[in-house]
Amino acid sequence: MFDDSNIIVGLEIGTSKVCAVAGEQTADGALNIIGIGQAASRGVRKGEIVDADQVEDCVRNAIVEAEQMADVEIRTVYLGVTGGHIRGFNNRGVHPVVSADREISEDDVQDVIKNAKAINLPAENSVIHAVRQHFFVDGQDGITNPRGMLGARLEVDVHVVHGITNRLQNSIRLVKGLQLEVEEIVFNGLASSLALLTNEQKELGALVMDIGGGATDYAVYVDGVIRHTGSLAVGGDHVSNDLGHGLKVPLSRAEKLKRDHGSALVDKALDGQTVTITNELGLPLKTVNVGHLQRIMSARLEEIFQIIAQDLEQAGVSNYLRAGAFLCGGCARIPHLARLAEPILQLPVSIGRTNSISGLKSALDQPEFVTAIGLAKFGSLKTRRREAKSALAGIKGMFGKLLQRG
Amino acid sequence: MKTTNETAEVTPPPRVIRIFGVGGAGVTWLGALDRAEFSGAEFAAVDTDAPSLAASSATVKIHLETKLLRGLGTGGDPERGRALAEEQFSTLKSACAGAGVVLILVGLGGGAGSGIGPVLARAAAEAGALVLAFVTLPFICEGNRRGDQARAGLEQLRAAADGVICLENQKTFKLIDENTSVLDTFQITAGLLVEGVRGVWRLLTRPGLIQVHFNDLCGVLRGHHSESAFAFVETSGPARSREAVEKLLSHPLLDEGRALAASDALLVSLAGGRDLTMAEIGRVMEQIQRHCEGAKIIMGAAIDAGMKNRLSVTLIAAKNGTVPPPAAAAADDRPAAETPEQPSLPEGRAPGATPALSLEQRIRMPLRPARSRPAARMLQTQLPLAVVSRGRFDKSEPTIHKGEDLDIPTYYRRGMVLN
Repeated sequence: MFDDSNIIVGLEIGTSKVCAVAGEQTADGALNIIGIGQAASRGVRKGEIVDADQVEDCVRNAIVEAEQMADVEIRTVYLGVTGGHIRGFNNRGVHPVVSADREISEDDVQDVIKNAKAINLPAENSVIHAVRQHFFVDGQDGITNPRGMLGARLEVDVHVVHGITNRLQNSIRLVKGLQLEVEEIVFNGLASSLALLTNEQKELGALVMDIGGGATDYAVYVDGVIRHTGSLAVGGDHVSNDLGHGLKVPLSRAEKLKRDHGSALVDKALDGQTVTITNELGLPLKTVNVGHLQRIMSARLEEIFQIIAQDLEQAGVSNYLRAGAFLCGGCARIPHLARLAEPILQLPVSIGRTNSISGLKSALDQPEFVTAIGLAKFGSLKTRRREAKSALAGIKGMFGKLLQRG
Repeated sequence: MKTTNETAEVTPPPRVIRIFGVGGAGVTWLGALDRAEFSGAEFAAVDTDAPSLAASSATVKIHLETKLLRGLGTGGDPERGRALAEEQFSTLKSACAGAGVVLILVGLGGGAGSGIGPVLARAAAEAGALVLAFVTLPFICEGNRRGDQARAGLEQLRAAADGVICLENQKTFKLIDENTSVLDTFQITAGLLVEGVRGVWRLLTRPGLIQVHFNDLCGVLRGHHSESAFAFVETSGPARSREAVEKLLSHPLLDEGRALAASDALLVSLAGGRDLTMAEIGRVMEQIQRHCEGAKIIMGAAIDAGMKNRLSVTLIAAKNGTVPPPAAAAADDRPAAETPEQPSLPEGRAPGATPALSLEQRIRMPLRPARSRPAARMLQTQLPLAVVSRGRFDKSEPTIHKGEDLDIPTYYRRGMVLN
């Protein structure tokens, strides 16, 4: 059995499935995926838990499966969160440099970050992430490390992702109830972007859209930093529901029709063609027009992209996405989805691939697993940073003791 | 091009034309119409807001009100306006009774105009009148919600009326400068709209040498997703025909002539004094044709003794929208004027597409051909209280985005027709 301390687990409680990904941190800090467990999800709507008992079973199954596959014992997880209540915005913190020589010290940097993170949120909301962007020294933009520079006024932008505390706590409590420690909660959109984007793409500017079962999460990188995030509580479930409504079939049928005959674009050649739904004995029950099916799907998916395109336009980031947009999540499997999205977003759109992570090839190629893999990646980045910090602290402490003695 | 030369005996007898102003903006415009010029027309104002009606000089005033509104108007909600109008459908219908042509002036975007306008159009159509709507879309700065409501209202109007002439307020920005006051800007908008009404009025009432039928006009404007632009210019002097063309081609509402190039169908109506020469008509038409090759052009000319030495040109251009509706998807390759919404429309009844009939046939044709209601108008309207099942999301918190419940199927909200 492996040493468990290197094991990092990402857990995503999605609307259509619960997915746990176990990764192992190698000596050089890279992440290697060694196990995946998944279970069909019940009791989740629009990315949020509505029936805790059912979800508990699903999470247990997924964790057990991942444990067996990776042959490890899972104790802590990085938990993904989503839901329409999650919002992202940018906030700027200001700090005057008061030292006589105007040199920016480590304390100044810590202070300005603290100021930027002091945000007025409604009482029921709490911060999920506060990600540092660029520093400004006397208004000069694009500084990544201001330590040692001279200036009178230090500013920093942070991107803050926040959500409603009680709703976030629901999933945390559920996982804790299974004797698992939640290391940290991570916004799904952020996790997906970590799994998909390379550093070059982040520099160029990229959009990652995770269109899952119940919600669509998106994150935008510009100039190497996260600039915008959002979550829309519309996903593949809505597509199925629309089909059920429009074609007058039960939801389970609609789901199957979506998988078998769905398309994001209306195929003119198929317009007017029908498929026959049969019962378990093979007797015909109902015929469904494929043209209608595709038109209903297309309208819904188009709307999702339109809403996101509007949001990006409002956030003023739509002109900076030179690397294009990347899709993941279960809906990314819908044929022609990228072609539908391109004219709406006015960006090159492709299905995202988790290239920067090694491990089980079968898992890495699936758009559904991107978020969970990203959660594990988030964990590995966190632990790496923590280790670096503790190493630094250790050296400092040693020197401090020496100095005291002297 | 149709140049059926008809004599005065054949022109239809003057029919009752009723002009409705709906909502705050519509009622104001109604007041701006010159009573003397529009003699013979009947004016009616429809609004939910009592003060706006009280200030109007219209002969008929219809105040839509229920206790629910508490005298506060619709509060910018078209659903309320629509529900109210549906409730008083019979009142509206009786107000339209007896009219041959109903012109509806609406400022879309608010509650009354966007809500009542489409219902009134339907009521008028059911009362047997031909319906033409003049609408404006709000300025972009008025916000998304009003913009969306206006577009929704426009779609409904297009489904209910025979023709819709749409003026985007935003385009008037090209007519104003930094120093133009808000008041002046709105006056300019009103002025443009009144010009349009005047142009149509002349089309309908003046005896024409080359007659333009109301049906031709509707034929140009008809089509669910067609966009229309109109312009009205008047020139005088010896070089009037050249000036008229120049003015048309630099007209801001025609996007400096670009709208002409993009149009699929065009209606040009010229009016001048007795000194109007054939060469002038030829010059104007030749220039216009050169700018919109491939478009179907319907032209008319009229002589007005009062217009000595002057030439006025009314131009209405329509083009097919970029997003063809699913219902008309099969027909979207054809120009707007030829797009009968009902495939079963008998040949020759398609307004505007009428092949050059012999004079005899034309006389025998009923003055107002039996109306062929487009399929969209047969749709049963949604009752205000009807609840759309939210299916799977019945018990979860609704996802509201800009006032729309995203849990309701998109195709349903967008009114896509699955036939």
